[in-house]
Order: sequence, then C-alpha cells, then structure tokens
Amino acid sequence: MAFERDLNLEATELRLGLPGTQESRSNKRSLPDMNIVDDQDHRSGSSRVIANASNATKSEEETTPPSKTQVVGWPPIRSYRKNSLQAKKSEAEASGIYVKVSMDGAPYLRKIHLNIYKDYPELLKALEDMFKFKVGEYSESEGYNGSEFVPTYEDKDGDWMLVGDVPWEMFITSCKRLRVMKGSEARGLGCAV
Amino acid sequence: MRQDLTVQQMSEDDDRSPPLDLRCGAAPSINRARNCSGEAVSGSGSSTSSSIPASVPVTVTEYQSQYPDQVLEIVLENVLQFLTSRRDRNAASLVCKSWWRAEALTRSELFIGNCYAVSPDRARGRFRRVRSVVLKGKPRFADFNLMPPDWGAHFGPWVCVLANAYPWLEKVYLKRMSITDDDLALLAESFSGFKELTLVCCEGFGTCGLAFIASKCRQLRVLDLIETEVTDDEVDWISLFPEGETCLESLIFDCVDCAINFEALEKLVARSPFLRKLRLNRHVSIRQLYRLMVRAPQLTHLGTGKYGPSEVAQRQGDTEPDYIAAFAACKSLVCLSGFREITPDYLSAIYPVCANLTSLNFSYATITADQLKPVICNCHKLQIFWALDSICDEGLQAVAATCKELRELRVFPMNAQEDVEGPVSEVGLQAISEGCRKLQSILYFCQRMTNAAVIAMSSNCLELEVFRLCIMGRHRPDHATGEPMDEGFGAIVRNCRKLTRLAVSGLLTDRAFGYIGKYGKLIRTLSVAFAGDSDMGLKYVLEGCPKLQKLEIRDSPFGDAALRSGLHHYYNMRFLWMSSCRLTRQGCQEIAQAMPRLVVEVIRSDDEEETDNYVETLYMYRSLEGPRHDAPKFVTILR
Repeated sequence: MAFERDLNLEATELRLGLPGTQESRSNKRSLPDMNIVDDQDHRSGSSRVIANASNATKSEEETTPPSKTQVVGWPPIRSYRKNSLQAKKSEAEASGIYVKVSMDGAPYLRKIHLNIYKDYPELLKALEDMFKFKVGEYSESEGYNGSEFVPTYEDKDGDWMLVGDVPWEMFITSCKRLRVMKGSEARGLGCAV
Repeated sequence: MRQDLTVQQMSEDDDRSPPLDLRCGAAPSINRARNCSGEAVSGSGSSTSSSIPASVPVTVTEYQSQYPDQVLEIVLENVLQFLTSRRDRNAASLVCKSWWRAEALTRSELFIGNCYAVSPDRARGRFRRVRSVVLKGKPRFADFNLMPPDWGAHFGPWVCVLANAYPWLEKVYLKRMSITDDDLALLAESFSGFKELTLVCCEGFGTCGLAFIASKCRQLRVLDLIETEVTDDEVDWISLFPEGETCLESLIFDCVDCAINFEALEKLVARSPFLRKLRLNRHVSIRQLYRLMVRAPQLTHLGTGKYGPSEVAQRQGDTEPDYIAAFAACKSLVCLSGFREITPDYLSAIYPVCANLTSLNFSYATITADQLKPVICNCHKLQIFWALDSICDEGLQAVAATCKELRELRVFPMNAQEDVEGPVSEVGLQAISEGCRKLQSILYFCQRMTNAAVIAMSSNCLELEVFRLCIMGRHRPDHATGEPMDEGFGAIVRNCRKLTRLAVSGLLTDRAFGYIGKYGKLIRTLSVAFAGDSDMGLKYVLEGCPKLQKLEIRDSPFGDAALRSGLHHYYNMRFLWMSSCRLTRQGCQEIAQAMPRLVVEVIRSDDEEETDNYVETLYMYRSLEGPRHDAPKFVTILR
C-alpha cells in the first residue's frame, strides 16, 4: 500500500542483523550480539548459533524471544539439567499449577490444582463440592442455565471469561484464576435467572 | 606374538638380573602355579616362560643369584597386589621387564581414560586378571551439544572382548559411552559374579537394557545411573530383580525419567537389607518416599524423588504421614538429594537429619534464601552443597555462616540465558570465600562478577583444587571496574598452589593465559570459552603447563601457529578439543603428519559441507591404535 511505502516501514523495522543485511539463516556465523561489550573485537571463527525463532531451521532447546540469539551449548549446562528446569518452568507457567478460586460471598479463597482434572465436568463438580453450590447446564449460546452461580476465569490477557467456551487444554494453559460469580453480577454472561 | 617380541626387546635392554624365565627348571613352574592362583591360565604362563629365546647366556654368577632373584619376584608380586593407585602401578611397570610382567598380572582395576586410546584386545592382552573396568568415551563438550550424535564411544566392542577375557569381572564404570540394550544383555549374561554397574552421562539404551541387568545379575550390589539418558521402553524393570533377599547396596535411578512400578520398588527395598544408597526419580511422590523410608531407615544416601504430592488428588480423610518422624528415624543419613519438584512446605521435614549431613543437593529445587536458611543453619558438618541460584547471594551468605567444613560448592542457574538479571553475583562468592576456608572445589554460574571477589577467593581458599567460574554473558568484564577478568583468574593460579582444574570465563585477554602458563604448574584440566586475543594465549598455556592433560577450548581466536606450539606436549595429554577457533585444515594436517600416534579428528556438524576456511571442531588424542574404524561420515581423520 502506498501509505506504508511512504512511511518506509522497512527501514525502521526492528530486526536482528546489521543494517542493509538480510536476516541471516546461517548457523555458522555469529550474529551481532547486542550484549557483547567489545562487539568489534569478536574475532573468533564461526560461532555456532541457533537461528532466531522466526527462522528456526533446527529445533531449539528453549523458546527464545525473537530478539535474542542463543549460542549452541552456552552456558555449559547439560541438557538433562536444562530440560528438568525448563519443564518445571513451563509447567508452572502453562498450567499455573495452583490457581486461586474465589466465590462471591465466601469469606476466604481456595486454591485448586488444575492439572488433576481432565475435563470441565470434573472441574465443575470439584467446585460445586468445594463451595456447596450448583452451576447448572452449560450451553454455548446461553451460558449456564438454571443456577445463580456462574463459573468464570481470568485469562492471560486479564479478561474475565466464561468457563467452558474454549477447549479444555487451552483453558488450563490460559487460566490464571477462577471466580464463581453470583447471579446478579453474571447477567451479562448469559445467566438466565 | 607381538607382545612376546616386546618382552624380548626389553630383556635385551635390561642390565639387571635376567628374567626369571631363563633359569632352568623350578623357577618357571613356580611362576606359573602362583600366577594362576587357582585358575588354569596356562596361556599366560607360557607367555612368560617359553617364549624367551635361549640365546641370552646364563652365567655362573647369574645361576648363583637365582634364588635371591626368585624370592625378589615372589615378593614383588605379593607387594604389587597392594598397589592400588594406577599411577603408582604405571610407574612400577616401567622399572624393568619383570616388574612390568608382575604388575600386569596383578592389576585388577583397569582404567581407560579414552576408549579410543587403546583397543580392547590390546588391553586384554596385557592385563590378564581384571575385576574392574573404568571406561571413558566422549569428551566433556559433547554434553553441551557441541558434537553431533553418533560420534562414537561405543561400548559394544569392549563388552564383547571383556566377556571373553574376564569371566570374573565384577565392576564396570562407564562415563560418556554409547551403550545399547544388547550390550547390557551381554554384560548381564557374561559375568556370573557381576557386582557393580555405574553409568555416568551415558546414552543409547532403555529400560529394556535395565531389565536384563536387574534380572540376570544375581550378585548385583550397585546399580547407579547418574545423569544418563534412558529411553522409556515401558518395561517394568524394577519388578525383575530376583525374588528373595538381594545384595543391593546402592540403587540410583534419579535420572531415569520413566514412571516406575512403586509396589515392586517397595517390595524390593523391603527385601534389600544391605541397601544404603537409594536415589529415586521424580515420579516417586513424597507419600511414596515416606513408605520407602519407613522400610529402609538404614539408608546413608537418599535421593528424595519429587518431594511433592503426586498429581492424583488425595482422598478426603487421608492424613499426611509423619515425614519428620521418618527422617528422624534415618540416623545414618549423610547425603540428601532429589527434591525434583519440591513443594517447599515439606522442607521442614528434613530438619532432624541436617546436623549429620555431609552432602546436600538442592540443584533441582527452586527454593529461595528464606526457605534455605532454616535448613542450612543446622548443617554444620556439610562438605558438599549443590544448589540453584534461586537461593541468591543471601542464601550463599547463610551457607558461608554455617558450613565451615564445606569442601565443594556448585551453584547452577535457574535461568540458563545470557541476558537476565542474575540472582547470584560477586557478593555470594565473596561471602563463601570468607566463610568456607576449606573449600576445595567450586562451580559457580553467575551473570556478573568482579576481579576483587575472585582475588579474595584466591587468598582465602588456599585448598582450592578445582575452580570453575562461568560468567554466563560472553566476554563480560568486571562489572565494577569494566576491566577484563585477567587479574582475578591470575590470582587464582598464583595463590592456589594445589589447583588442578580450571574453567575460565568473562572478558579475558592473552594476559590471563600468560598467568595460567606461568603459575598453573599443576593444572591438568583447562576449559576455555570465548576468551583470549591471539595465538599467544594458547601458546602460553601449551608451553607453560607441564601437567596439562585435558584442554577444551571453544570460540576463541587461536590458530595454527598456536596449535604448533604444543607439539612437544600432545603425547602427554589425553585430548585436545578446539571448536569454532581459527584452525585451518592444513594446520591440523601438519600436526597429524608430525605426530603419528595422535589421532586428529576434524568434526563437522552433521552433513554440512565445510564452506569456511576454518575447521569447525578439532578433537585430537593420543592412541596406540591409529585411526578408528567406526568413525561416522561427519568425522574426518587426518593423516
């Protein structure tokens, strides 16, 4: 589009590499690393570098943000150790192992371990047992029918969503906390009171 | 035959009393009978007696001295039985031919630091009565993906020869070897008295292979798998140990990342009264750990597995076991590890054992300084401490305040990246140096460091033998002064007179290497990465460090001229590794041509063609065998 051409977005585009070069795909050259103090003195031969995330031709050990390059085998940690910690980090980040559950009107919050449930019915049953209420029938068009209470959750973006809309796997990776809302507040979410 | 010729040559050079074998009659038979020690080893007997030609004259004086020399050799063999250090044995074997022979017959522990330096047949030919074998394969940088897979170090050829040569073999220790299930099957079937298997940083096999070991090695005392990759063949190997009481003393499988049959494990522990060392994998929950501890309070070494609840929701009304009591019952516990997915609430359960602990490994536990402090403040006897940098400088200060007996410290990064804000720094290192004056070995990952702290450690910790500092940002200078880290490492080599192993990092100029060459006279292992300015750096080291055995270098500007400066020394080294440096193929070729007993391998990453002028990886090592025959396509051996 002409508009974009005029702005010359390409020139101001943030990317890795010296000005005027294409993003290098080679994993034999070391790309300029912003963090090396004496960049000019970086005279060693071909440093093996994993190409950045957008150009990955090899599988990377860790997902890196596109602006960083990672050198093979540096820092010198055995993959076994790296993977153990990585697994823990992504488990912690992905499933948010324990999430807080609040119930409107209840004096204190609870915490549940999302991973131990394998689908929505199990989760809802556990919530019902924990807080002594009933959720009612879920339907996509009408939300939770036939109950005062509606289960909602806060996702990664900070938005409050109705529990049940997305596939379970997606839910457990994006759920940060749960809140069982009471009827009067839940009207906008399709609770037919 | 060739071996006999060597023996003959040695006898011609030998000025001292001629070999026992030349004397008539009684002497050779005495030799043979004694050498056999109950086994029919007529083969070895003949090699020492009948092959010596009769052309060497036997004079009257020699005849008269027969008996004293005979006695001498008997004494020698009996004394040599007690020599255990391989360095002492190597020295003894060089004295003269009869000492060489006696030593070869009495060596029971075979140590081979590079599996390609000598062939299995040659080893078997010299050493006839071996009970224990140590074999090391790949160089250490292979651990960091710097070497393509399938490079070599196969156990297969070795196990075949061992199976034939040493039916009484009891112990095998392998490090960085490539092992298949079939290799383990052959091992299990070939040695009826097999007692100890230790595999460190190995790969290539799965639970299938473990099943062979468990089921067939009836005398097994030790099965230790340390940082070894084991594929999950979904075989229930734990349940294959023999019924009835076992001889098991040590069962270490914390790196085996497969679910195990817990009931079978519990029964195994219950019927293993000699079990002292047990290290569980992360699939064992804390409740399960409790059950095992209750059955084995005699344990001295415990790897606690997950140290958190299992993922299966607990039934209502299930009370938590009394973990504190379980730990308190383990009065002999001195070494604690595991904590693979720790729930810090349970940490207080270990308080009862802290006062006796000599070794504590928290390197998989993301605990904070506050969580560490109540534990560590009781660990007065602690000698070995491994942790994650999640404990921060503050945690290290707590360690320094209490652990006055500390000999070894390792601090690993939670976040193995270059750019992040690190939780440990020069502050932690300084504290440790002031508090732990008996420190012998340190491995320290950090994001920032100062020369001052390193210098402090060099003057406070004079017992240091191993100093490995990894400043994770490449070429990072002293963050307080902006200077290179030369002075810090220089102080280490200058002040720590017992230093044998050094790993350097951060911004380093040739000056640092000058210090290493000048003062590092006892250094045997040196690791260099992203350091140095020019060939001089490597020259200083190769010319200055007479004890250097293992040199591993990556991404440093050392070239052919530097490589040449080590020609006088390469036969004394186990290996040299140089990757992403400035070596050309011609340069490496020169070395190969100058030194026929050196195997010079040029390794490309997989199938990529070498488009550069520079060699990607040079790995060279002394060997009696010449180029190996199992080299994969991406390895070129220069001649």
